[in-house]
Amino acid sequence: MSREYENDGALHAKLIEEVLSHYPDKAAKRRKKHLNVAKSGNEAGGESEVLSECDVKSNIKSIPGVMTIRGCAYAGSKGVVWGPVKDMVHISHGPVGCGQYSWSQRRNYYVGTTGVDTFGTMQFTSDFQEKDIVFGGDKKLEQIIDEIEVLFPLNNGITVQSECPIGLIGDDTEAVSRKKTKEYDKTIVPVRCEGFRGVSQSLGHHIANDAIRDWVFDKKDVKFEAGPYDVNVIGDYNIGGDAWASRILLEEIGLRVVGNWSGDATLAEIERAPKAKLNLIHCYRSMNYICRHMEEKYGVAWMEYNFFGPSQIEASLRNIAKHFGPEIEEKTEKVIAKYRPLVDAVIAKYLSRLEGNTVMLYVGGLRPRHVVTAYEDLGMVIVGTGYEFAHSDDYQRTGHYVKNGTLIYDDVTGYELEKFIEGIRPNLVGSGIKEKYPVQKMGIPFRQMHSWDYSGPYHGYDGFAIFARDVDLAINNPVWDLFHAPWKRSRGDERAMAAE
Amino acid sequence: MPQSAEKILDHAPLFREPEYRKMLAEKKLNFECPHPDEIVSDQRDFTQTWEYREKNLARKALVVNPAKACQPLGAVFAAAGFERTMSFVHGSQGCVAYYRSHLSRHFKEPAAAVSSSMTEDAAVFGGLKNMVDGLANTYQLYDPKMIAVSTTCMAEVIGDDLHSFIQNAKDEDSVPRDFDVPFAHTPAFVGSHVDGYDNMVKGILEHFWKGQERTQVEGAINIIPGFDGFCVGNNRELKRLLDVMGVSYTFIQDASDQFDTPSDGEYRMYDGGTKINEVKKALNAEATLSLQHHNTRKTLGYCEEVGQATASFHYPLGVQATDEFLMEVAAISGKEIPEAIRLERGRLVDAMADSQSWLHGKKYAIYGDPDFVHAMARFVMETGGEPTHCLATNGTSAWEAGLKKLLASSPFGKAAQVWAGKDLWALRSLLFTEPVDLLIGNSYGKYLERDTGTPLIRLMFPIFDRHHHHRFALFGYQGALRVLTTILDKIFDKLDRETSETGVTDYSYDLTR
Repeated sequence: MSREYENDGALHAKLIEEVLSHYPDKAAKRRKKHLNVAKSGNEAGGESEVLSECDVKSNIKSIPGVMTIRGCAYAGSKGVVWGPVKDMVHISHGPVGCGQYSWSQRRNYYVGTTGVDTFGTMQFTSDFQEKDIVFGGDKKLEQIIDEIEVLFPLNNGITVQSECPIGLIGDDTEAVSRKKTKEYDKTIVPVRCEGFRGVSQSLGHHIANDAIRDWVFDKKDVKFEAGPYDVNVIGDYNIGGDAWASRILLEEIGLRVVGNWSGDATLAEIERAPKAKLNLIHCYRSMNYICRHMEEKYGVAWMEYNFFGPSQIEASLRNIAKHFGPEIEEKTEKVIAKYRPLVDAVIAKYLSRLEGNTVMLYVGGLRPRHVVTAYEDLGMVIVGTGYEFAHSDDYQRTGHYVKNGTLIYDDVTGYELEKFIEGIRPNLVGSGIKEKYPVQKMGIPFRQMHSWDYSGPYHGYDGFAIFARDVDLAINNPVWDLFHAPWKRSRGDERAMAAE
Repeated sequence: MPQSAEKILDHAPLFREPEYRKMLAEKKLNFECPHPDEIVSDQRDFTQTWEYREKNLARKALVVNPAKACQPLGAVFAAAGFERTMSFVHGSQGCVAYYRSHLSRHFKEPAAAVSSSMTEDAAVFGGLKNMVDGLANTYQLYDPKMIAVSTTCMAEVIGDDLHSFIQNAKDEDSVPRDFDVPFAHTPAFVGSHVDGYDNMVKGILEHFWKGQERTQVEGAINIIPGFDGFCVGNNRELKRLLDVMGVSYTFIQDASDQFDTPSDGEYRMYDGGTKINEVKKALNAEATLSLQHHNTRKTLGYCEEVGQATASFHYPLGVQATDEFLMEVAAISGKEIPEAIRLERGRLVDAMADSQSWLHGKKYAIYGDPDFVHAMARFVMETGGEPTHCLATNGTSAWEAGLKKLLASSPFGKAAQVWAGKDLWALRSLLFTEPVDLLIGNSYGKYLERDTGTPLIRLMFPIFDRHHHHRFALFGYQGALRVLTTILDKIFDKLDRETSETGVTDYSYDLTR
């Protein structure tokens, strides 16, 4: 249900001009390149029409002191890519904080006996002290791995997630990993994801992907009988159960999901991935690297898909099915038909309550475009969107989703986001925990779009129903009408008085 | 199909539906290559034994589920307690994203802080340029009255010198020459968040007090609360008591308004906090009192250096701890403790007497920041409870010694054990081998509750999975009343749950308790 609308590009251009005028000149010059208004796409045709062009600079250093919302490479590796692999122990190697703040916060759901054969919601740290900085931490790392083997013998592997100091003091975590791999005959993966590397989480994703290539693939003789309909789901971290709500559909259309990366994953699922027929990639930003590698080295094709909202789910299912031929295509049509009444009922229930409501998004590297159509399926309008850590290929892809006049902001600063929201006053903002409370204080409904605000799943048909419910409960809660104390003149009145 | 528009199931019920259970079972069987169930259950049972406990406690290098965070978190929290103050953390930017998230998740409030966003080139050449540009941007964009600078471990490892960097930035007109930019080095590989708090508050006091003439104002008292996730409720309650007494006091660091702003349509990036003028004047106070001794060792040392009398407490919670605090305040200020407060005290003691039969002999495990654990152990003993395990991952040997002395002073502390430097995976073994009735800690304790079945009472930072507890005081007699009620509720709820099966335990499910 792609909706036709155009956004107020003139207003958005003015807002950009206004925020830039508050920066010191040097910073204004740099920030200008990251802010823009989407323009009508001139190239049309092919399979999918380009709706607009989102021409901004991206994936470059954040400016000091402006309150970037970005994280670091460690967050990209430990927090996103590796952390969800449930049967491995992930050591946050360095001081205590990084592991502490990221402990259990991404809601990568799994099933297992935590602390025994599964380690997802635990925080393993080498808790670096001054002496480790001075004398190096390699000996300590060896000892840590020994202690893990004593206390958690059912782990199927270990990763060493380097924090900032490791790279600065010249530790050789690779040598320790090699030595201990030999000693225990177990997969031990050093990941050089020190937080100062790169400009955001993004390089951490890449480094984590490379670590899979260099330290997992082709290291063991993988016994697995491959089938004709084997696929991997890549870049679904099972937040609130997303990957499960996706898997159930893929299985229904007749595919066999032999690996899920990396939500609810075991190491075995990663090791066997090259044997699959097709890689289905959801979060392109964080895992395209390994898909390209598997294509080059093992000939595994890959395909992007989008399981947010019925329009995209249907299109994606059909695309995937096409790859496998008529038998799967036929099943797919049945599955789409089976879920159609649910979709219709959900839309019938919520469309009238949400239609025409405006939304601003600011998320990581995928959702700022991927969720656009899901809102539109509910009759809503996306007025602004932007990424923390996208690259230019992400902004190109964004052009397929957003309409002319949409405000585009890359690596937005706290100041800009606040001013944009104030200027536009959308009906809903979808962003992260750091943005949630400032926005709500302004009287604007908010949903966290990283953690699904402790709800979810949002993927798949089951997820769409939850998404619709959550958007409705955020916007239509009575609390937003209680902000104003009735004995106080409203701010609008005060402004009118002042103008007189 | 489990989902319907009429009754939308989210994750909690959805994945319990048969379709999903079947799917997950098959995933495990066919694709996960799990260990055989028997091996898993054997290992699970083994983790509950004394033998496992010994191996677990013998750990020298590995830390699992620690109950502490790193220094800069404490520094950011500290800075939030001063008027229009922006935290500027020099180093990698991801750290700041983490501190902000961590504080927001606990307080359910905005938490502003900026980073100097150092990357690889800064690691090689130092972060001076980042400081110069960063201070200029922060000053212009966020209109602060003060910028409080602390450091991530990256900046500490490469040895950036904040003092000279800030001077350089001022020389380059990043901020006006007379603009206040106090700083503290807060290496994450030394101590914990409580030390970061200490260093930042000391840095701010030094910035304003150094070289200033001190003219003592008799009876004036400074109060430093320490790192406290309950600052919203606690500071307000303490101010109420001090106002009732008519004491002249200044809170040095007070984040109670910053982390409890109203919803009225306006986002306040800054709210409340100690006024900069008050910080300056606080030099003249007769005495500075710390509410958390282990949070403020360096700061109190500095207060002594400038000539102030000092005294420190361990989180004034419970009867005797509140008594001591009030008497010290009375002694310094020359104000009497009014009858109204004596009546409050009496009401708390009355409540404790009413409930004593339910609390006497109950065993507790208590973990958290050092002063909190000390306070809670003391209050538990006042109710006739036994603090069987007292654990602070960031507890020092001095903390251990002080707490042991307290425990030895009461028959209820005779069997207590103190675990300085241990983590929550160690506590798991302790709870299996020497079980207790109740566990007091924070949200991380929920994994211990699940594994060991010990009911968890959340009374310390961070509390992510319950809302608004921090808005109510734990300090003073009123606070103790709330703690008492919380503990009792947990006991009664558990008893009701265990006796609620009709046809089996119709007895014991009493209407009056």
